Amino acid sequence: MSYLFDTNEGARYLMMGNDAIVRGALEANVNVASAYPGTPSSEIIENLSKASLKRNIYVEWSVNEKVALEVAFAASIAGLRSICAMKQNGVNVASDFLLHVALSGTRGGIVLLHCDDPGALSSINEGESRHFARMIELPLLEPGDFQEALEMTKWAFDLSEELRSIIIMRSVTRLSHASGNVTLGRLGEPEGKALFKFETIPGDPDSGPVITMPVPPHHTILQNKLKKAVAIFEKSPFNTYTGPEKPELLIITCSACNLYSREAVHLLGAGNRVGILKIGTTWPLPPKLITRNLARTDKVLFVEEVLPFLEENVKVIAAETAAEVGIKKFYGKNDGTMLTINEMNPDIVVDAIKKILSIEYTSMDDGYAKRAKEHLAALAPVRDLTFCPGCPHRASFWNLHNALELDNRRGFVCGDIGCYTLGFLPCGFSTMKTSHSMGSGIGIASGFGKLTQFGMDQPILAVCGDSTFFHAAIPALINAIHNKSDVIFVLLDNSGTAMTGFQPHPGTPLDAMGKDLPIIDPADVCRSLGASVEYTDPFNTEETQKKLLALMEEKGARVLIMKQMCALSPEKKGKKMFEVRVDQDICRGDACGCSRLCTRIFRCPGLVWDHERQAAVIDEVICAGCGVCAGICPSGAIKKTEAAR
Amino acid sequence: MKAGNLIHDPYNAIITGVGGQGNVMASRILGNIMSRKGYYVTIGETFGVSQRGGSVMSHLRISKRSVWSPQIPRGQAHIVVALEPTEAIRVIAAYGNSTVRVISNTRPIHPVGVIAGELKYPSLEEIRIALEELAADISFLDATDEALKLGQPILGNVIMMGAVAGTGVLPFDAEDFRNVITETMSKDKVEVNMKAFKKGEEIIRHAPAR
Repeated sequence: MSYLFDTNEGARYLMMGNDAIVRGALEANVNVASAYPGTPSSEIIENLSKASLKRNIYVEWSVNEKVALEVAFAASIAGLRSICAMKQNGVNVASDFLLHVALSGTRGGIVLLHCDDPGALSSINEGESRHFARMIELPLLEPGDFQEALEMTKWAFDLSEELRSIIIMRSVTRLSHASGNVTLGRLGEPEGKALFKFETIPGDPDSGPVITMPVPPHHTILQNKLKKAVAIFEKSPFNTYTGPEKPELLIITCSACNLYSREAVHLLGAGNRVGILKIGTTWPLPPKLITRNLARTDKVLFVEEVLPFLEENVKVIAAETAAEVGIKKFYGKNDGTMLTINEMNPDIVVDAIKKILSIEYTSMDDGYAKRAKEHLAALAPVRDLTFCPGCPHRASFWNLHNALELDNRRGFVCGDIGCYTLGFLPCGFSTMKTSHSMGSGIGIASGFGKLTQFGMDQPILAVCGDSTFFHAAIPALINAIHNKSDVIFVLLDNSGTAMTGFQPHPGTPLDAMGKDLPIIDPADVCRSLGASVEYTDPFNTEETQKKLLALMEEKGARVLIMKQMCALSPEKKGKKMFEVRVDQDICRGDACGCSRLCTRIFRCPGLVWDHERQAAVIDEVICAGCGVCAGICPSGAIKKTEAAR
Repeated sequence: MKAGNLIHDPYNAIITGVGGQGNVMASRILGNIMSRKGYYVTIGETFGVSQRGGSVMSHLRISKRSVWSPQIPRGQAHIVVALEPTEAIRVIAAYGNSTVRVISNTRPIHPVGVIAGELKYPSLEEIRIALEELAADISFLDATDEALKLGQPILGNVIMMGAVAGTGVLPFDAEDFRNVITETMSKDKVEVNMKAFKKGEEIIRHAPAR
């Protein structure tokens, strides 16, 4: 039985943190769920969509995070319960709307669930979204383990309704994408009726128009909600203390760091010397609870990821209650005990505790560590990230690289977030020269294109993926066209939101629940804006490079759509277009004079160098059969034949 | 079901390999097997951008007592299952100790730096010598080659899981494996997966002890 529908209260499952969040939302009878995909948050909406039919939930992959939040908000003010999920940078996108939602208030329970990525395990930033809670004045919750991920999500809806405020809940990669045992709660029958009431006066929380003006009284209402939240948080079971009554050291922690702290104390056998205060309600902090626990000891260690959010907020309370609790010695990010970058782990916590309490502990024998390190350096070659075998982006960047080299005017490519971000690495022939937020490649290119009056004469290209096009590239493209910026916009269309697991977008025919939707064709959008639009298949390298060179001779806004499906897409995965082999009679290896162009430059994981024979060879386990490399060998030694279907 | 005592609690297993080798799938199946037997299981895994040619590592903590940190502390692995041989060395350097057990596939996946001629890939013999120095017990399996004989190289991960069962370090067998995969896989895939699992069990039982 799937955990999605199991009505057996008390049943125990091994669940990913994201699954626990999904189950919590289901137990809270969520009606509407929306998101834009982003690792490590994507499974939340994906798995809710599996329950959509049976539980009468409307599930939407929205065009971007701001719109996703607007969709969820509509449900709330129509009296329904909704959840909106996103990764950390999504909160930046949604933040303008969020600022206004805080002020206007909400009705049905609404939860903004964001998954941060300390260590940037699957991100191009290490953004900390918790600060939005303080800045925008909203309650923030952080689950400290897998069971709490379920229970806290469920409670967040009740809290939202009690406060008439959206609740922010923060997960991290090591909870969302980790798994642990979770016991299910009660799953009731789906319910919910939507009606937006607006007949009374503005400011009436139940039936007035939902607006933020006049601002000062609305702002007062918002701040009163936070005061109420503090009172609730003082008694919250999600804030727990474990350890001796009077520990030598008090750890104050939250989120996955709770698990690291527990492990570290266990490893050091320091359970009788160290207490752990795990905070689940991290904004606004409950001052009485903090004060009570600060009074336990003089030494306090903060364990959290990434910036000192908990640390600085606790210190304010400590300063205000110093007369009562005494002067503390604080260890954390601000004194350099912990770093303000990267993710945490049990070892970092071990190191901090053993230094503070002078405990002897060695995680690895010195001699062993030295030998292991030597073997690592000598025998484990670094694995740089690369495009998958058969990835259209390798071909697209090969085409872009070659065309720019032939054009020879120091042209370059601006990009953004997607698998194609790797275009800045050797696997993309180092073609991409800027990479920032979603859609920023075309925005930056639009700016570059206006620098001709300062003597800039380099060809300017921007790339973005098909999902990113809808998310944030359209306004930038409009800007480029309207302002007559000379740019070539290359749409790397691989038919889905590939990086996060092929979620649909407005250019694809199905919604999150599998129902038919009208396709919005990016080419039509571009043409309607007045751009010239051409198509090419990046696997056809000769034609693509010819088209790129011709476009570089023209002026104005030009769009080239490089269309080829992602090699991992469900339709394509495991199906080879071509059988590829290296003709060992033709490949002369180093004697050829090509200087191993195929492996040295093209670098596909499926085309390797055989050191024994000193020649290129296809690794048939890895090759995806795209056939692009057949066009690379100057001697024509790489042969492709159509694969049997 | 009453969970029996483990040889270590928590028992720390690391499954490592390269993106696309079915590492995450293997860790989830093993996790589900142990969870159904009544143990607390915690899995920490790295996926996302790491799939693109990078090293992928899953940490499994199996315990009678509680969930644990999704990251195993340094030097605390009890078994390392490597779907790619150089990844065993990478994992040992951070999580190894003189009593760790290693089961490794023999089939290399060359990093792009090796393909490009910038880095050297070691011989299997060099890897073996290093691992023999760093681990208490090391077994090599031609898991990918055996999987190719079954028609699907991806089954290398299941062969490796069968090998883990064959060592007896964790209390599970082919039937436990079947119980979990029949719920998650389509019917036509179950038998070939069972074949792969049993192949792994068989190979490890006949592997020369060191």
